[in-house]
Amino acid sequence: MRAARQGDDEAYRRLLLLVASWLRAVASRGLAAAGRPNADCEDIVQETLLAMHLKRDTWDETQPLQPWLRAIARHKLVDHLRRRGFTDHVDIDDHSDMLAAPASAEEGSAFDARQMLASLPERQRRIVEGISIEGQSARDVGARMGMSEGAVRVMLHRALRALADAYRKDRT
Amino acid sequence: MKTEQLVASLVADRAASARPLGRSVGRALLAGALVSLVVFALEFGPRVDLASAFATWRFDLKLVLVLAALTAASVACLAMARPVATMQWRWAVLPVLLIAAAALGTELVVLPAGTWEARLVGSNALVCLTAIPLFALAPLAALLLALRRAAPAFPALAGAACGALAAAAAAVIYAFHCFDDSPLFVLTWYPLAAIPVVLVGAAVGRRLLSW
Repeated sequence: MRAARQGDDEAYRRLLLLVASWLRAVASRGLAAAGRPNADCEDIVQETLLAMHLKRDTWDETQPLQPWLRAIARHKLVDHLRRRGFTDHVDIDDHSDMLAAPASAEEGSAFDARQMLASLPERQRRIVEGISIEGQSARDVGARMGMSEGAVRVMLHRALRALADAYRKDRT
Repeated sequence: MKTEQLVASLVADRAASARPLGRSVGRALLAGALVSLVVFALEFGPRVDLASAFATWRFDLKLVLVLAALTAASVACLAMARPVATMQWRWAVLPVLLIAAAALGTELVVLPAGTWEARLVGSNALVCLTAIPLFALAPLAALLLALRRAAPAFPALAGAACGALAAAAAAVIYAFHCFDDSPLFVLTWYPLAAIPVVLVGAAVGRRLLSW
């Protein structure tokens, strides 16, 4: 995370993927404990990753990263289960040792995420799709859409915030 | 969309923000306080005997007290803005309580018992109860907006902390207007004036700061 803050994209990518695999374990345990089907697992992972990304300023560099991550994961898991009408206490502390766990087989996010992407305004959606699904760089997407790289990044940031909001509000 | 694909977007977005939380909160507080200062300058103005007031221990102690409250509320507000709930901010409140107790003790010893009530009621109680919430409005709004970028463990508490910080900033400004320097007055009416600000902050924070 420190390296990522200094602008190391590769370090940030590795961190996000590592966290994703840890989240996957935590989310599926949480869903199982709540008696929910595992189908929502990848949605929770993605929603939590988005939150972690958008709220990364709230991590205090002088503190260890793990408690911060765990707090965000717990918040998002509880939030998700509460929306589904489950109000019991959720404990994720038992699984915190799984941060280094290998990635399990990954499915795409369920129906919801695609629907949410579709709910974005046209240009925002094309930028997210270009970067995420087609794997282009911000500059390539900008060249194709006739926008500067900076404008693409601004719009991408807006799109990610809109996605996070959609996750939070849409599924009640 | 697969999670790995989402990660690609997140990495591409990395350059877009990343500002330390403390700086955005500080900037919001400053911006809000500036608005309140304009209101203060236009509608209230500093007390006429400000220069000689600095020479009295009651006025100086009042300033120390409101500044200590401002510091404590800043620490609390920043702590509440983070997802990890900690209680360490409570240590910042301790100096405020100590100064308050010392001020109150001194005042009760120095003044004869018969004058306590007059000092407590003072002459500005109503102005105090309206001016502090008024001066707190702009800082509170700015702080709540700044904290939307944050991830508070408890949104209502974070909103309340914003209210406390806004009220403390308002109290610092108001202290330069008010003639009532007695700790009896300050410790009674300033907290009373802060209560509605804290409650509004909590109510708005509950809705605005959830994430």
